[in-house]
Amino acid sequence: MKVISIDKTEWANGIEKTKSIYRLFGPVKENTWHSFMPLGPGEQPDMAYGNSRLSPKFLVHPQTEPMFEYNLDEKQADHHVLKEIPKDVSPKAIIGIRPCDASAFLLVKRNFDTPTYKDPYWLTAYNSLTLIGYACNQPCSTCFCTTAGCGPFHEEGLDAILVDAGDRYLLKALTEKGEAYIQSAGWATSAPSDADQSIEKLKSTAEKAIASHVSTDKLRNQSTTQLYDAPFWEEIAFSCINCGTCTYSCPTCWCFDIQDENHGKCGVRMRNWDSCMYPLFSLHGTGHNPRGAKAHRVRQRFMHKLKYYVDKYDNGIQCVGCGRCIRLCPVNIDIRKVCNQMNSYDPAACVCPV
Amino acid sequence: MSLYIDKIKETAERLLKDGSVDMVIGFRKGSVPMMNEPCFIQKPQEVHQLVWDSNCGINLANYLTDRKEKIAVVAKGCDSRNIVNHIVENKIKREKLVIIGVPCTGMIDKRKIAGMFDKPIDAVTEDGDIILVTSAGKETRLNKTDVLQENCALCIHRNPVIYDELVGDLIEEQTGIDRYAEVRRVEAMSPQEKWQYFEDLLSPCIRCYACRNACPLCYCPTCFVDESRPQWVGKSQDPIDTRTFHFLRAYHCAGRCTDCGACERACPVGIKVRQFTSKLNRDCLEMFGWEAGLTLDQRPPLDTYKPNDPNDFIK
Ligand code: SF4
Ligand code: SF4
Ligand code: SF4
Ligand code: SF4
Repeated sequence: MKVISIDKTEWANGIEKTKSIYRLFGPVKENTWHSFMPLGPGEQPDMAYGNSRLSPKFLVHPQTEPMFEYNLDEKQADHHVLKEIPKDVSPKAIIGIRPCDASAFLLVKRNFDTPTYKDPYWLTAYNSLTLIGYACNQPCSTCFCTTAGCGPFHEEGLDAILVDAGDRYLLKALTEKGEAYIQSAGWATSAPSDADQSIEKLKSTAEKAIASHVSTDKLRNQSTTQLYDAPFWEEIAFSCINCGTCTYSCPTCWCFDIQDENHGKCGVRMRNWDSCMYPLFSLHGTGHNPRGAKAHRVRQRFMHKLKYYVDKYDNGIQCVGCGRCIRLCPVNIDIRKVCNQMNSYDPAACVCPV
Repeated sequence: MSLYIDKIKETAERLLKDGSVDMVIGFRKGSVPMMNEPCFIQKPQEVHQLVWDSNCGINLANYLTDRKEKIAVVAKGCDSRNIVNHIVENKIKREKLVIIGVPCTGMIDKRKIAGMFDKPIDAVTEDGDIILVTSAGKETRLNKTDVLQENCALCIHRNPVIYDELVGDLIEEQTGIDRYAEVRRVEAMSPQEKWQYFEDLLSPCIRCYACRNACPLCYCPTCFVDESRPQWVGKSQDPIDTRTFHFLRAYHCAGRCTDCGACERACPVGIKVRQFTSKLNRDCLEMFGWEAGLTLDQRPPLDTYKPNDPNDFIK
């Protein structure tokens, strides 16, 4: 599709114009980090950012999502009836989302939008979004997107991609939604004919700047039970404090827990994020916990992302390489190390002390 | 530092070789700047993995409980105080531990340092009191004293309080430190200001409970926030539930907290969780002359009763 050139002095004005149609979200600086926040009148996304501390997944899958309300007052005609809470379907746009995070939405969609099950909350929120991506000219040292099925200029999952070309932005629409957004901003200057080449050049520089990589080629052929029984889990899990930070900050973690909360005779049924790192996650009503030990939970996180998902969807790993879990884990458990260890595991070469 | 490392390795190797312990718990080099990873070593030939520098802030007392092995643990001042807590609270037996004491010169604050640079940090090394930070290909020298974790800058127990081995000479403790200026600052606020202050402090909390899980004091098999029968606290992002968690957790730590800073260090969104515990630490000091984890011979003030308690309400 065609590439638009935006003079940096026209940028803010265009963003402002789109607010009459879209509710906007973008990276905003708070102290020393960035978060995706609603952009009110006059507020602009901070395009000098690297990536947000927590992923923007909460814009589609909020940490707390009220689904139904009910009342238990038998004097009311509709008592004990679950009533859907209306959802906001108005158009929204995320400005400056990084390609890995947009690609994560597609990945998560495989779980929330299947031929058998369609998650209405997730889909409603996702479908109301336009994703104006922002290519990464300067990836950070913990990014390994290029070997996690994605990349600093990856387009899949985005509606348009913005490239910082120094004095100007180059903006390429990728879908009709993207086109519509660009039109509403009033940006219409066609980029010079060599724009595609400039983008290619920046792209290859950025890809070369990705310093860390994972190997995933052998994961699919590994035997599930042998990986599960591999001797390294105890060592990988040792330092883990089961805090769940890795899963809460991850754009591709999707687990939730459903809770009813009553206030007097009224109540709300909601879903909240949950994490396989928590003991409660797998605790049975009987009191038995099939993942009763820390090592079981750590193994589950990595087996799910790097083996079960790989086998089930045949579409790479359940990770886009954003590096958040590496940056935020308080004890430095590094998925790159674990992935390589799992990938290269050779049960035959393993001398077990049995 | 390198002297410490040699001594740590040497001690670990000796203890493993002569069978005094089954494992040594310490730190190995991390995969990102300003992070080391807690690890266990079981074979003498693996002690080379052990490291020591200003990125060993994680409290290793957290890794000692509910284990069968005889363990040697590398312990700085605050870790040793939390070990004392564990022993007093019957979480570990003294005789199952060999404490490799490290006189500590403080840990650096990775967030503060990251916040000083526009670009990501590529490497951090240290040379005595100088921290060398490489960012965007440029090296910057920082004084360690300017970039210490807040709790380390305020620490007056840098030497381990109990130990079996020592990896260096005991160091002079800091004196003349105003440890509770922050507490006084908050105390001086009006009720409305305080309300706003705590609301702002806690608003980014995602309730991951990393603060709780990093804390050696929080070892309840099921935390009150996780109980479901009865359910004491809601599980959503409701700010009242979030505050309930923080206030109750802080009170559970009263008279036990060593101000190790593990909670603050672990928080993914940088909440100053110590704002709560510092106040209770100061109160314990003023009311009972008590600082946690300094002695094996006395129980913490909040789980004992004394007829001569200075407070009237208890009589
Ligand atoms: S962030 Fe690190 S310590 Fe916390 S649960 Fe994940 S791997 Fe474990
Ligand atoms: S597993 Fe880690 S690196 Fe992969 S997408 Fe999640 S947070 Fe990012
Ligand atoms: S509350 Fe925080 S500072 Fe106090 S002992 Fe626990 S982790 Fe350390
Ligand atoms: S670690 Fe931080 S975000 Fe997590 S529960 Fe504690 S204060 Fe909240």
